[in-house]
Amino acid sequence: MKKALALILTMGIALSLAACGNKADDSAKSEGVMTYAEYAAAAVDTEVVVETYVQAKQSWWDNKATIYTQDQEGGYFIYEMACSEEDYNKLTTGTKIKVSGVKAEWSGEYEIAEATFEIEDGNYVATAVDVTDLLGKDELIDRQNQLVSFKDMTVEAVAYKNEEPGDDIYLTLSKDGNSYDFCLEYYLNGSDETLYNLVGGLEAGQTVDVEGFLYWYEGVNPHITKVTVK
Amino acid sequence: MKKRWMLALILILVMGMLTGCHGRRSEEAFEMPAQLDEENPIEIVFWAKNDTNKTQRDIYYKAIEGFQKLYPNISVTMRLYTDYGKIYNDVITNISTGTTPNVCITYPDHIATYLTGSGTVMPLDELMADPKYGLGGEALKFDAPIQEEIVPEYLGECRIGDSYYALPYMRSSEACYVNKTYVEALGYTLPETLTWDFVWEVSEKALEQNADGTFKVNGQQVMIPFIYKSTDNMMIQSLMQKGAPYSDEEGNILLFNEETTQILKTVAEHGKSGAFSTFKISGYPANFLNAGQCIFAVDSTAGSTWMGSKAPLVDIAEDKIVDFETEVMTVPQYDPSAPQMISQGPSVCIFHKADDQEVLASWLFAQYLLTNDIQIAYSETEGYVPVTRKARESLEYQEYLAAAGSDEEVHYDIKIKAVALVMEHTEDTFVTPVFNGSASLRDASGQLIENVTKAVRRKKTVDDAFINDLYEEVQALYHLDQGGLGASGQEQELGTLPGEAVALITLLAAAWILIISLALRERLIKPKE
Repeated sequence: MKKALALILTMGIALSLAACGNKADDSAKSEGVMTYAEYAAAAVDTEVVVETYVQAKQSWWDNKATIYTQDQEGGYFIYEMACSEEDYNKLTTGTKIKVSGVKAEWSGEYEIAEATFEIEDGNYVATAVDVTDLLGKDELIDRQNQLVSFKDMTVEAVAYKNEEPGDDIYLTLSKDGNSYDFCLEYYLNGSDETLYNLVGGLEAGQTVDVEGFLYWYEGVNPHITKVTVK
Repeated sequence: MKKRWMLALILILVMGMLTGCHGRRSEEAFEMPAQLDEENPIEIVFWAKNDTNKTQRDIYYKAIEGFQKLYPNISVTMRLYTDYGKIYNDVITNISTGTTPNVCITYPDHIATYLTGSGTVMPLDELMADPKYGLGGEALKFDAPIQEEIVPEYLGECRIGDSYYALPYMRSSEACYVNKTYVEALGYTLPETLTWDFVWEVSEKALEQNADGTFKVNGQQVMIPFIYKSTDNMMIQSLMQKGAPYSDEEGNILLFNEETTQILKTVAEHGKSGAFSTFKISGYPANFLNAGQCIFAVDSTAGSTWMGSKAPLVDIAEDKIVDFETEVMTVPQYDPSAPQMISQGPSVCIFHKADDQEVLASWLFAQYLLTNDIQIAYSETEGYVPVTRKARESLEYQEYLAAAGSDEEVHYDIKIKAVALVMEHTEDTFVTPVFNGSASLRDASGQLIENVTKAVRRKKTVDDAFINDLYEEVQALYHLDQGGLGASGQEQELGTLPGEAVALITLLAAAWILIISLALRERLIKPKE
């Protein structure tokens, strides 16, 4: 009898834990919120509602915030979202937000424009996915706006946007004989002097691993956030 | 006793702070020095703007180097920007802290706002007219133009109220870069002057598709026949061409009128069909033009080096560029017999400083930027024209123009055609009235077109009700509904207080609270003594 009771209790606890586990699954979407697949399939110029997590903040100006966000399925670039400075300061890495806006495309970059947001409970910090093998392939765009990494890239050229430090840095990296444009976006990383100086000081021929957000401008143009010289 | 000393100390401190504030604001009037100080070091700060163009940056450095050779005791430190908006914001911030640059590349619209701060931008009339150091003055160590050698239309743009507050530095306008090959493939011949009707008709025709969804004219899946970069210019020029009101010299806002509504309805019609889009919505017109995905691309003449299938500057992959013939034309017109186009391009102003010698040195440097070497070299970097007749008529510049098309870099034919267009139409250019708030009005005029275009793309109905709501929304957004914007406007526009000012005010308030608290405490304690 005791054994049976113990078994029933164990099963009960196991079921409860499983139920708790589901409840704690932050990837579940609230009612009326799109999954990433639904967002990706949505037409440009249509209204979208997503739940996503702040991964990096690019800029705040005039009550408008531009941020990189991501959930467990994909990346969302939120462009000039209505946001007070006070709220902007609350948007730390991992913060869950519900964003309502319009899907837009600008020079190949898909973004959520004219957005408003509310902070929700939940936290998720993405880890960079290695997409080196996708360079030059059509599938790469499926990773747009996600935190990604590229391994063993060769430095081809480094150029300051304004020909001198203080603005974006354009970095040309190659892999298997093909060149790709990367960018150290000043507003995204400007305060990180170590990274800025490291990228500005790279020399042709060096081998590097890079991490960053898979931005698009007339083709793939990752906005880098980390560089490791090998 | 100790408390009294403390009270006195705080009072002195507060008085000192107040005096400090006062000193920043009330600069003494400028008095033209009889002689430039060529002995003691003078440092001036120059805020410049380039188009992310290495050659332009090098020309600024060359100008500084040349100037410092002539005046070795004057040192010029440059800070480079790639955006006029950033310069504007930084100047506004630095007016509050009394740390403006000495010399600054700017737009007259912006100067009008700067002038709402006391003692900011120097009126130049006295400096210009000075026989020794004025324009072409006898004591100058360089060959500067006299006033009559500056193109009068351009100099006139720098006049605000009764004074000149800037010198023109470079001028440009807008051009329509046309894929002539596609226009002809669609069965049309380009007229001598583009009209709005022609552009809309060809644009709609270009939307015809094959059964597989590709566009007939380019065989691609993308075609936005007409893309406008600067929609504020689009609205302003349309109104000017129609003789419709926009604003006046007194700073009255006249933008929201029936003609504007008609223009917006036309934009809505073609935005809805997909024949029209804007830079803010879709991307750079040059990228679409060069990829064969746009037929009429309107952008500044200062962006001409990006235009055309052989453009020296490109942002798209080489394999995306298609081969076509580019025509450089005036922006579309309502009355082709009397074309009208906006005049734009940087001017240079100088800021008031307590040291008159510093102001004089700044003036000399600003004037140095008008010398032939600088004017010609800078204009050759893009579709800019020199602002002096002296430079325009020089042999060197004439030879540059004559060599159009001889190479695809300095003598890139599209660029030189754009320059020729601006020079040919100098008398057809106009500027809008400048007043405190005119920069916001300009932004608002573009916002109307952007919002209408976005609305129809999102399947919204653009009718009178929509447009009336839009007018209210835009007026509120740009504070155009608050009245008080005027030629001598002292209203708003300086944005939020900078951190330093907030800190200072907080400190002052805290000091006063402390003083009052101590005084009250003294009073309360006294009877007990």
